[in-house]
Amino acid sequence: MDWMPVIISLKTAGVSIAVTFFLGILAAWMVISMKNDWWKGVVDALFTLPLVLPPTVAGFFLLYLFGVKRPLGRFFIDYFGVKIVFSWGATVIAAVVMSFPLMYRSARGAFEQVDPDLCSAARTLGMSELAIFRRIIFANAHPGIVSGGVLAFARGLGEFGATAMLAGNIAGKTRTLPMAVYSEVAAGNMDQAYSYVLVITAIAFFSVILINRAGTVTVKKRR
Amino acid sequence: MKLDVEIYRQLKDFTLDLSFSAGEGCLGILGASGCGKSMTLKSIAGILRPDRGRIVLGGEEKRVLFDAEKSICVPPQKRQVGYLFQHYALFPNMTVEENILVGLEGRQAAENRKSQKNRFWAGMGQEKRKQRLKELVEQFRLEGLEKHYPGQLSGGQQQRVALARIFGYEPSVLLLDEPFSAMDTFLREGLRLELARVLKSFSGVSIMVTHDRDEAFQLCSHLLLMDRGQILTAGETREVFRKPRCCSAARLTGCKNISRIQHLGTHRVRALDWDGLELVTEDEVEEKHCAIGIRAHDLMGLSDAQAKEWEDKAGGNLIPVGRASVSEMPFAWYITLENGLWWKKEKTMNARGIAGMLPAWLRAEPSAVLLLEGE
Repeated sequence: MDWMPVIISLKTAGVSIAVTFFLGILAAWMVISMKNDWWKGVVDALFTLPLVLPPTVAGFFLLYLFGVKRPLGRFFIDYFGVKIVFSWGATVIAAVVMSFPLMYRSARGAFEQVDPDLCSAARTLGMSELAIFRRIIFANAHPGIVSGGVLAFARGLGEFGATAMLAGNIAGKTRTLPMAVYSEVAAGNMDQAYSYVLVITAIAFFSVILINRAGTVTVKKRR
Repeated sequence: MKLDVEIYRQLKDFTLDLSFSAGEGCLGILGASGCGKSMTLKSIAGILRPDRGRIVLGGEEKRVLFDAEKSICVPPQKRQVGYLFQHYALFPNMTVEENILVGLEGRQAAENRKSQKNRFWAGMGQEKRKQRLKELVEQFRLEGLEKHYPGQLSGGQQQRVALARIFGYEPSVLLLDEPFSAMDTFLREGLRLELARVLKSFSGVSIMVTHDRDEAFQLCSHLLLMDRGQILTAGETREVFRKPRCCSAARLTGCKNISRIQHLGTHRVRALDWDGLELVTEDEVEEKHCAIGIRAHDLMGLSDAQAKEWEDKAGGNLIPVGRASVSEMPFAWYITLENGLWWKKEKTMNARGIAGMLPAWLRAEPSAVLLLEGE
């Protein structure tokens, strides 16, 4: 069995969850702090869009943005000498964009669950706004954020449509596990496909169990 | 120390518009739910911002917390106002000890700000903070609970932790938002005594919001009755209960019997809602009075013979009982007369049936007839 797709997939999912995790939390915090309800709705819809669009359509938009002749694509080539499309980086971008809404929405829900009286109490006790976010809001939204992270990680690991559009299916470079499964089935190599399916199922299953445990242990301790 | 408050805020259903001062002793704000009580406290603490007004804390040095005209709005972090939330708002992710330490850290930050010192240099040392924590744990009887999380504590314990946290912060003002509403009835009475002790040991301004008149009477030296964002009456607690001034205030202080009146003389009225019952009042009836109230406790039961003695005297205020309906409570009978009057008669748990206990007459002392202004 060729282990390259496994390595590429783990690398992509790992890097993309690290990015999505922080982006999602930041976006959630930003939207919650917005005063204008109309703008809040618009920004929320924009952030949620990748979740409701067909992945190929999201990929199409990405291709449109990062294509070599497009402003953003040109910018990366001119200033960093990096061609985004059909590179490994493209698998990360696709995974980040597709998993972002899950992280954002979970984090936002978790933040909104935190009793606003806790923040008020902290304020009247002289705690700074930054400390309130870190010690009160983030600390109490922890379980919700972790579960959002699990979902986003799983989404990134299984990302197919947008990756195919932006990164293609280049063996040893952008061929992730879902891509490999598709390619092997298309080529009629069912045995190969079976082993990839097994690997991806195992990774997904165990990562979810692992992270779930980490979330529930802290909560149980406080009961 | 003294706190002057003047707040105006437009709300959906009514406007919050009040001005009052709080000084020595606890000031109680008594009102029905949703009348703007909590909002008043939140404005003082800086959690909400009123549209207009002024909040000034006077003491040795005057501190303006809020002044709309001068665009002063001190953030809650710098107001030195402690707030006991209805559900205590303990941080569920922190132990009892850590919760109290948040208050101590706040104290330290305030002191550093005062002495203009860099926070990395000065302030309470680790040792001193530990010492203070130990004192607070002892003062609020939390020994052995230091490592517990709020979710593992009873309501009373949670309240003590919240108070310890606030006292560690040493605020100039203490705000209490319905301190007992989250607690079971049987716990309340003991905890009220406990809170009375705590309030006595507090040297700053304290304001308590409640909708329970017993709580207000027991804990507050001054009282402010509030309805739909406005002040109805204010004054010393005993005085406010004795002379509620208007109908809503009478209701808030627990007066069950209220009737519209027709003026018959300087000390004589006809109660329109009690089958035209004529009553003599102690105070002079004035133009502005349009109703009377009689507390259900203040009616006295009389036998036929006793009633005869009063019959011809002025101020007899006799009320025939006639066919009354009775409802039994553990320690009292609630008796409703045919004309709509309520009477409360104390009893013991062992009393069986009211047969023979129901008097033929009721009498209201003229001083018990409260003259009231409109709604």
